[in-house]
This record gives sequence, C-alpha cells and structure tokens, in this order.
Amino acid sequence: MGSEVTELPLLTLLIGIPLIAGLICLFVSASAARWIALIATLIDLALGAYLWAAFDPSGPQWQYVENLPLGGGISWALGIDGIALVLIALSVFLMPICIGASWNAITKRVPEYMAAFLLMEALMLGVFAAQDLFLFYVFFEGGLIPMYLIIGIWGGAERIKASYKFFLYTLLGSVLMLIAMIYMALEAGTTSIPALMAYDFPVDAQKWLWLAFFASFAVKMPMWPVHTWLPDAHVQAPTAGSVILAGVLLKMGGYGFIRFSLPMFPEGSAMFVPFVLVLSGIAVVYTSLVALVQRDMKKLIAYSSVAHMAFVTFGLFAFNRQGIEGAMIVMLSHGLVSGALFLVVGVIYDRLHTREIEAYGGLSNNMPGYALLFMLFTMASVGLPGTSGFVGEFLSLVGTYKVSSWAAIVATTGIILGAAYMLWLYWRICFGTARRPDAAEMPDLSVREWWLLGPIAAGVLWMGIYPETFLRPFRADVGRLLERVERAAPAGDMALTRGKPQAPAEHHAPEAAH
Amino acid sequence: MNQFAPILPELIITIGAIALMMVAAFGGRRSGGFTSWASVAVLIAATVALAGPPTHAGGVFGGLITADLFGSFGKAIVFIASAVAIIAAHGWFERDTEHSAEYSVLILFSALGGAVMVSATSLVTLYVGLELQSLSAYVLASYRRADDRSAEAGLKYFVLGALASGILLYGISLLYGFTGTMNFNGIAAAFARDGTSLGLLFGLVFVLAGVAFKISAVPFHMWTPDVYEGAPTPVTAFFASAPKVAAVLLGTRICLDALAPATDAWRQIVIFAALASIFLGAVGAFGQTNIKRLLAYSSINNVGFALVGLAAGTPQGASSVLFYMAVYVVMTLGAFLCVLWMRDKDGNPVEDIAALSGLSQTRPGYAAAIAIFMFSLAGIPPLFGFWPKLLVFQAAVNSGLIALAVAAIVGTVVGAYYYLRIVKVMYFDDAGEQLGRVRQPVQGALIFLAAVAVSPLGYLLIGPLQSITDRAAGSIF
Repeated sequence: MGSEVTELPLLTLLIGIPLIAGLICLFVSASAARWIALIATLIDLALGAYLWAAFDPSGPQWQYVENLPLGGGISWALGIDGIALVLIALSVFLMPICIGASWNAITKRVPEYMAAFLLMEALMLGVFAAQDLFLFYVFFEGGLIPMYLIIGIWGGAERIKASYKFFLYTLLGSVLMLIAMIYMALEAGTTSIPALMAYDFPVDAQKWLWLAFFASFAVKMPMWPVHTWLPDAHVQAPTAGSVILAGVLLKMGGYGFIRFSLPMFPEGSAMFVPFVLVLSGIAVVYTSLVALVQRDMKKLIAYSSVAHMAFVTFGLFAFNRQGIEGAMIVMLSHGLVSGALFLVVGVIYDRLHTREIEAYGGLSNNMPGYALLFMLFTMASVGLPGTSGFVGEFLSLVGTYKVSSWAAIVATTGIILGAAYMLWLYWRICFGTARRPDAAEMPDLSVREWWLLGPIAAGVLWMGIYPETFLRPFRADVGRLLERVERAAPAGDMALTRGKPQAPAEHHAPEAAH
Repeated sequence: MNQFAPILPELIITIGAIALMMVAAFGGRRSGGFTSWASVAVLIAATVALAGPPTHAGGVFGGLITADLFGSFGKAIVFIASAVAIIAAHGWFERDTEHSAEYSVLILFSALGGAVMVSATSLVTLYVGLELQSLSAYVLASYRRADDRSAEAGLKYFVLGALASGILLYGISLLYGFTGTMNFNGIAAAFARDGTSLGLLFGLVFVLAGVAFKISAVPFHMWTPDVYEGAPTPVTAFFASAPKVAAVLLGTRICLDALAPATDAWRQIVIFAALASIFLGAVGAFGQTNIKRLLAYSSINNVGFALVGLAAGTPQGASSVLFYMAVYVVMTLGAFLCVLWMRDKDGNPVEDIAALSGLSQTRPGYAAAIAIFMFSLAGIPPLFGFWPKLLVFQAAVNSGLIALAVAAIVGTVVGAYYYLRIVKVMYFDDAGEQLGRVRQPVQGALIFLAAVAVSPLGYLLIGPLQSITDRAAGSIF
C-alpha cells in the first residue's frame, strides 16, 4: 500500500494542517484557539496513524515521496523511511497531549500560545520528513523561533535568560552544520538526502564534516558538556513546552546522527567512537549524580534526560543492530516517559504552584491514581522489565558491550544511579506523610489528566511488552544503515580470543563470540 | 534618438526631477503632496522603462556607462527603494510644516546618482554618479534643519563623505596615472598586462577605501550610527537602502570588472572588511537603546555578509551579492517603515527601544511584523533572510574560502543576540506606555507586503529571482 505513489501529498498535509490551524488561531478567541489546536493535532494524529498503517516495512526505503523543486538548489522534497515514521508518530502522538496539558494551565495570550505550538509541530514534522538538505536545515533551525517564544512568554521567573540560552546555544551549534552542508552539496553535486546517504565523501573531509554535524546534534541531543541549556530551558518552560522539548526536540539530535552522521560519514563516525563513548560515559554518571541532588522536580527530570540520551549515543555508535535498534527504542521510550514525567510534575505544579520536592510528600494517600501512574513512569524511566525503558536500554547496552565492555560497564552504573534518583524522588513525593497541609488536600487526577497520562501509560506498557510493533517499521532501515557503516565498524574488545591473539577480523569479531 | 534609448530611465528621472524642482520652487509649500506623488510616478515610470534597451544595449557613450542587466537590476532596486522612501515620509514632515516639496526632488536626484553608479564603466562617470548621489544625501541628512541632531548628522556626513570622496578621487587619479585610461576594460587590461604594480595597488586600495566608506563597511563605518540616528527617519530608511545598494553594486562592478585580474589583491581587503563589518556590526549593537542606531549597526553587519559573497570573486558570488541586496532592501525598508510608526500619544516620533515594551499585547500585528523583520535580518530560517546568507556562504565555500564562511556564520550567532533583544522587548516584557496609533494605509500595506516577502512564502521567489541574479551577474563577466 505505502509503496505505490500516493496521489494525495500526505506529508505536505501533515505539515500544512498545523501551520494553517496555527495561523487561524491568531485571529480567534482563547477558547476557540484551544479547540482549533486540539482538532488540528488530532487530525494530524489520525494522519500519522494512517501513515503508520499504510507504511510497508518490506517496501522501498523511502515512501510517501514528494518532490517539488523550488529552484536555486532547494526543493520541497519530502519522504520518510521507518526511522522517520516512528519519530513522526511520536510527535503527532504527543502534540494533542501537549495541547490538553495547556488547556487550563495557560491563561494568558492563549491564541498566540496555540499558534506557537502548532508552528512548532509543523516544523518538527518537517525535520523528520525533509529529504532535501537545505529544507532539513530550514525546519531544523526554524524550530528555534516558536520554542524561544514559548519559553520566553509563558515560562517561569527566569524565562528570559533561559530563552536566550536556548536560542543562542542551539544556533551556535547548528551554524557550523550549515557550512558542512554547503560543502557536501558542492562535493556531491546534490542536496538530496537519500543520494547523499549513498555518497562516499573523502575520508579526510568526513572527519571535519562529522565534527560540524556533531556540534549541532550534540547540542540538540544534548550531550555532556553542551547540555547546560537544557535544565534551564526545561525548568522555565511551561509544562507542555517541557514535554515537547524532551519528547521530540531532543530526538532531533539522535535522528540527525542516524540520518546524517552515520550513513554519510561512516569512517568519520568510526574515528570518533572512543570520543563519543567517553562523552556518553561521563554524561551517564555525572548527570545522574547531579540529578540526585536536585531539589527542583523539573530540573531532576531534565538531568535524567541527559543521562538517558547518553544511552542513545552509546547505542548509535556501537555500529551494530542491537545498539542502533536499542537507541531508537530509547528515543521513543524516553519521548513517552520523560514527556509523561513532565506532565506528572505539571499536574501537581498546577495544584500547588511549586516545583520544590520538599513541598510535597505522602501523595499516595490523597492522590492514589496519580501515585499509580507516577509509579509506572518512574519504573519505565528506571528501566524495569515490562516497560519501554527496559527494552531500549537493554538493547543499547548489549550493543555497547560488543564494541567496548568498559563503556557498557560505565553505562550500566547509569541504570543503578537512575534507579536511585528516580525512586528517591518518588519516595519523597508520594510516600510518607504530607509535609504541608495544602499538599495533603490536593485532589486526585481529573478526567482530563487521565486522558493525558492514560494513553502514554498504554504506550509505555505496549512498547515494554511487545516492542516488535515499534521495531518492525525501521528494522529494514537499520539493516540498510548497517550495510552502509559496516565497512568502518570498530573492532570491539569483547571478542574472545583463544591462545595467541590474532588480528581482529573487523565486523565478524562480535559474531565469533557466540 | 536611438543613442538615448539605453539611458531612458535616467532621462525620465532627470527631466522629472528638474520639472518637479520648478514646481516646488514656484508652487511653494502647497505643492508638497503633488511633488511627492509625482516623484513616485516618475520612479515607477523609470523602473518600467528599464525593460528593453537599458537592459541589454551594452556599452554606450564611448564606454562611459553600460546598459546591462546587472545595472538594471540595481536600478530597479534603487528606484523602488527611493519610491518607498518618498512614501514613507508622508505624514512625517507635515506636522512641522517643513515638508517642503524638495524632499522628494532630492531623493530623485540621489536615485539618479545611484543609477549612474550601478551602470558606470568609467571612473569619471563613477565619480560623477557617486557625488550626485552623495550631495543629495548630505542635504537630506540635515533636512530637519531646526533639529540639532539632524544638522549634526548632515555636517558629519558631509565632512566624512568629502574626505572619502577625496580618498576615492586620489585612488582614481592613481589608477588613471598608471593605466592611462579611465575605462574599466582598459584598467583591467592594464592590470592583466603589467601585473599589480605598486602604483596600481595604491590606486586599488584608495578606491576600495572610498567605496567602503559609501557602503559603511568597517573600518570606514564610523559615520553610520550618528548619521542614521540624527537624520529624519524616512531619510535614514533611504540611506539604509538605495544608496547602499548602489554603492555595493558599484563596488562589485569595480572589483569584478576593472580589478578582475587583481583579484588576489582586493580579495584580502574585502575579506577583512567583511569579517570586521560582521563582528563590529554585531558587537556594536549590543548596548544600543536607540532603534535607529541599532539598525545602523545592523546595516553594517549586513554589508559584511554581502561582502562575503563579493570575496568569492566568481559569477556565483556576484549573483549572491545581488540576491542579498535585493532581500536586504526589503527587510530593512520594512523595519524602517515599522520604526516610522513608533509615535507617542501626541504623534511625536520615539526612537527608544524600550518604547516597544509589550507591543505584542497591544498591537499584535505590528509586533509580528517587526519580529519577522528582526528574525529575517538575523538570518534565522524559515524566514527568507536566511536564504541570501546561505547563498553568500555557498559562493564563498565554492571559491575555497571555507574559513571565511565559518567565521562569518559564527558572526550570525553574535548578531542574532541583538535582534532577539527587540523580539524580547516586544514579546516578553510587560506593556509599557502604549504607542499612539498611526493611520497610514499605504505604509501599512507596504509593511504587510515586505513582511510577506520575507516570510517563508518568499522561498517561492527563489527560482525566478535566482535566474535573474545569475544572468545579471553573468553580464559583468
């Protein structure tokens, strides 16, 4: 079904609907804007579901392809593979939830708020669907503007500093990528991403190109030590802003690595594997420790995001199937779980208007439903088997172990530390007795909040119990990616050697261990 | 008659300007409205007249000027920008009863000078055009003669401009002395024949210094913030658009035509001026509280990016410069039209950035327009201001100037900071004292048009605009 050329430009529709709805929102009243935004995002969700249903995992690599040259070396070229498909699905799934989360929490300048979110959605979807190098850049960078406004207008007390930091930090990361893109377009003579994914750049140039792209994606991801914009942005952004930031925007970094860094510069990527592993290792341990001592709930979850994204980089730069599939699942899972955790924080923030952990306590007494869902998401974040977190982290650790056992050992401590800070957070908020009388009087989840958290909970369990649903669309694409990078795959240190050591037999080494 | 066909647009403006000057002289103050609309009509007629011989006749009058697409492209921008500058002044001077009809006549003469500048292929016509353009500009800068700042701006502009003209003239005399010709082709031939001798090198440096002053590239930018701040705002809008385009195109033609064999010699100067302009333009704007001063630094910054394209020294580079200037003019005129609307309750102009506080809540459309221009000037996609920046970087990378492109693009991040500051004031700050409402449908329509052009819809223009700039750039090689 998906393999045949679809008459309707579905991806353009997917991007266009929120864009047009966003424009309309600017001219209507607050309540109308809420409804328009909700309906538009639900239509997009339906479209996304159709895309998933009609996507043929064994069909051609690129489906729903559209191409409209605009002249001057840029074209409106869209098309998705399985990797982009699942990330698009994640985005359209989270958007209605974000709108719902802002339903009552946002009271000032609602039409503009909804317009900014819808613009954000259009640009995010564009990032995942773009097949033209410069079109990708336009979407990638364009996302800064609505997010800057969302943080700056509807954020907390320190919002202005956070918005500047977010904007300039990520802009600085991205501009070098633009120069690399210009060079690539010149060298390869095309701006088509699928064509570039098959183009072999000179190994010398790959090194620099990889670094330029890394600067951009590492900031977006974010990786230690360029993660410092994230806690600020998260803490200051409104709840829905944090959800979209953690749920989708951070995935752009990982998506970039899969789409650009690995297939376009395999040798360059291989060269920097130790570098990435060291940064990821530091990120896992350091940011987990930082998360342990946070007093602010949102900041804690923000730091946990950095630690979780390190599992993505671990898995991606393992150059094997388990690692890359694991990284994808970690991204999807983290998108759901961290989004849900920010919503969970938002729920009690809306009631008590403080994010201080110390203000709460004993919530399982007066908010049992809330405590139940919070427990589920905590466990998913920790990586308990049966939840999505486990599948992703386990696969990514297996992949990492094949390339470097030390890296895997360091990464595993991250799971332990993750359990420590998450469970301690849960204990301080939900167990014991209330430390403040008003915290003890908070009502349990409303119907609206159930509707926000329920679908995510279902998704988390589904992904944890039957991950095949989510693996299937991109399995073939991971296979293609592996074919592309296997010539450069690092040897790995876990191959058992008997007697005298022999020269590592390239990529066959991992299999030899079985 | 036929030999005048290639300069028909210039003739239209000359005759129109002289006739309107008579009207202004005998009609007095009452003729202000008529002359201004008549001037706009003259400029539009001149723009229409560009089609035909003025675009492809080639060198005329013994090679004094040339009628090619490059020149026509520049003239179209200059004429339209001048027309906008005239329209922008409506309702600005009238309050003080000093809007005598000469304002639009002076703009016409300045536009005429600009037209000669972009099509000059001889050092003499170049100088005449430049002086005609500048002399009108000096008068315009001090147009509000009762205002000390305006008088100061005029004087400063005049003194420094005269100095720059002197430097330029000295360079011209050196080039003439060492090549024996005023003609661009002849100079190029002499450079190719003799190599870059010391005398020619000096001539080249002085000519470029003179041009750098006119385009306000660092280190010859010092006059810009003061003149932009002091001059009446419609005049500032004019300065930031038409003369700047004319001067940049003039510089492009000199470098790529007359000095083409000495590319290595001028390229280092242009690279220095480009990077210095980008960074100084960005850093200088940080502490500014006056929006006109800020936009002055923005114009310095933007010229730096155009020079990046020039530094490439290729047809692609020239094409990117043309593209850049076309989009830049739209953005900057849009921004200045918005600045013109900044009036307090009594209708007095305000220039303080703080006056924009919370504008997004009181005047959402107006604030959105300014935000679009600011993000676009900063070169943030998906706004159209991103595309010309991409083109100049592309030209630079294709010429192997990767380091220049990297340095320049880092400059965009520095520059983004102060553009963001305007957005922050409008969107994040609490509403201060409200600005008074201005009812000017024509200006409003122009702002709207400019905002649409630099919005993502502008990407639809890439194809046609690119093919024109490519052909225009090809016409000087």
